[in-house]
Amino acid sequence: MEENTVIKVKNLTKQFGAFTAVDGISFEVKKGEIFGFLGANGAGKTTAMRMLTGLSYPTAGEATIAGFDIYRDTEKIKQEIGYMSQKFSLYEDLTVGENIRFYGGIYGLSDELLETRTEAILKNLELENERKTLVASLPLGWKQKLAFSVAVLHRPQIVFLDEPTGGVDPITRRKFWELIYQSAEEGITIFVTTHYMDEAEYCDRVSIMVDGRIDALDTPAQLKVQLDAVDMDEVFLKLARKATRADG
Amino acid sequence: MRTLRFLLEKEFRQIFRNPAILRLIFVMPAVQLILLPMAADYEVKNVEIAIVDQDHSPMSRELIAKIDGSQYFELTEYSDSYEKSLETVELDKADLVLQIPPNFEKNLIKENESTLFIAVNAINGVKANLGNAYLANLIRQYNMEVRLEWMQLPKFNPFPMIEITHSNWYNPFVSYPLFMVPGILTILLTMVGGFLAALNIVREKEIGTIEQLNVTPIKKYHLILGKMIPFWLLGFVVLTIGFLISYLIYGIVPVGSLVTIYVFAALYLFGILGFGLFISTLVETQQQAMLFGFFFMLIFILMSGLYTPIESMPDWARLIAELNPVTYFVEVMRMVVLKGSTLHDITRHLVITGVFAIFLNGIAIWNYRKRG
Repeated sequence: MEENTVIKVKNLTKQFGAFTAVDGISFEVKKGEIFGFLGANGAGKTTAMRMLTGLSYPTAGEATIAGFDIYRDTEKIKQEIGYMSQKFSLYEDLTVGENIRFYGGIYGLSDELLETRTEAILKNLELENERKTLVASLPLGWKQKLAFSVAVLHRPQIVFLDEPTGGVDPITRRKFWELIYQSAEEGITIFVTTHYMDEAEYCDRVSIMVDGRIDALDTPAQLKVQLDAVDMDEVFLKLARKATRADG
Repeated sequence: MRTLRFLLEKEFRQIFRNPAILRLIFVMPAVQLILLPMAADYEVKNVEIAIVDQDHSPMSRELIAKIDGSQYFELTEYSDSYEKSLETVELDKADLVLQIPPNFEKNLIKENESTLFIAVNAINGVKANLGNAYLANLIRQYNMEVRLEWMQLPKFNPFPMIEITHSNWYNPFVSYPLFMVPGILTILLTMVGGFLAALNIVREKEIGTIEQLNVTPIKKYHLILGKMIPFWLLGFVVLTIGFLISYLIYGIVPVGSLVTIYVFAALYLFGILGFGLFISTLVETQQQAMLFGFFFMLIFILMSGLYTPIESMPDWARLIAELNPVTYFVEVMRMVVLKGSTLHDITRHLVITGVFAIFLNGIAIWNYRKRG
């Protein structure tokens, strides 16, 4: 394979008892790409993502993340990835500065690096005056932007975003995507799940999961042509309608 | 090591920012140490007694004066009708009724024998029994005095008598706080170690940050140590506050060395933190953790010999008590504080607690999976 393939997945499967949550998915993601990972609720997105981030063991199949095998090298993978879960994952009872310091610290950043990156993040998010503010008192949109900045604080090769923009207004989402583009330009690969089809349009390539399988994978433009759809909404509906699995 | 430093820094920030935990740490020992020993007191004083004197003789008055003068009894009713006295029992104003029948003195003098009647309000069984025993003792003493007065003492006592005298070792005044306070300290430590640590970890599960930590390169043992060390230290803070309070309020100074207690507490806390960690791996929400904790705390407290001696438990209960880590801490506390036992004396307790610590931490770590 080419040098710049950072995620390589082949027949990855996860079973919970008799239930196959992820059913032999295969795909590749290139360095610096924004990869949209779409699917209805219960299609298996989060399960797939949990396997790729080392939170869950696959039942079968292979995958390498940043060149490391997800069975053998989980600890090495962890240094190379960032993760932002749909559950908001900063500490509400710590200040903005303390959160950055903590997460940077456990990734092994030096004190000098911690300081320069903290300042850079605060400046970038226009939070300079909020360094000593408790995260609990920030608006949700700011928390999400801060969570993203913290997830890429250690300059990972890949960042996994699990529905990062749930519950915020379109303007805030737009700003959030500006951050994503910023990171992609710096060479960080973005692997993102979302339910917003306008966000899917922002992605370089999009895969759509239906019932644990990947039913479509291409650029948004190509998908629209293939499925004869005017926008991604229609693409998604045409594919997701085939689902037999119950929502959940 | 650097990772651990950041974990500890974060943990302490959160603890000191949480007013509820701080209040718990400082107020809980104070309230428990002040209230429990005073309230849960086995020593019975002020037994309320109603006396029915139907004799009105010098002897009956002499007996009554003796009872009234004793520190154990409080005369709440003096009448000549038994029915009237029973009414005071019904109103809960008397625990005992002593009836001195008519002709008490006359019979005693003429027939060398007389009868007294004691009725006991047995709703509070402990108080009633002890009151009964005290009263019987008083009457026996009075009886002796009467006999001595009347009898012409021969050279040899025709009635050989064995009199029992006793002295109380280690707790000469049978002070209840001295017995209870060291025990209550163990419960406080168990709560801080077992409860707070478990709640803390489960809280991170609930808000989802534990998952965030699990995708970072943090090592499992760093994470566990980062959670244990703060509560381990808090345990010592609580223990120290507890000893200060028991000195200030009850004037309790351990006969033995504090070092012995702290060495044992260090090991004990390690074990009980493992227990808290184990609970946190079993549950998903703080509510579940609370219920689990409550269930175990009740068993820990009631089956530890803190309130009821283990020796008087049935065999099966004794087995549970022996499997209860708190039992050993309660024993060590009492041994060191009251008797002045040394590290050498508590070797057995140290070994058993060490085994508990290894076992509890073992199952906790085994059950704590970073990947599902």
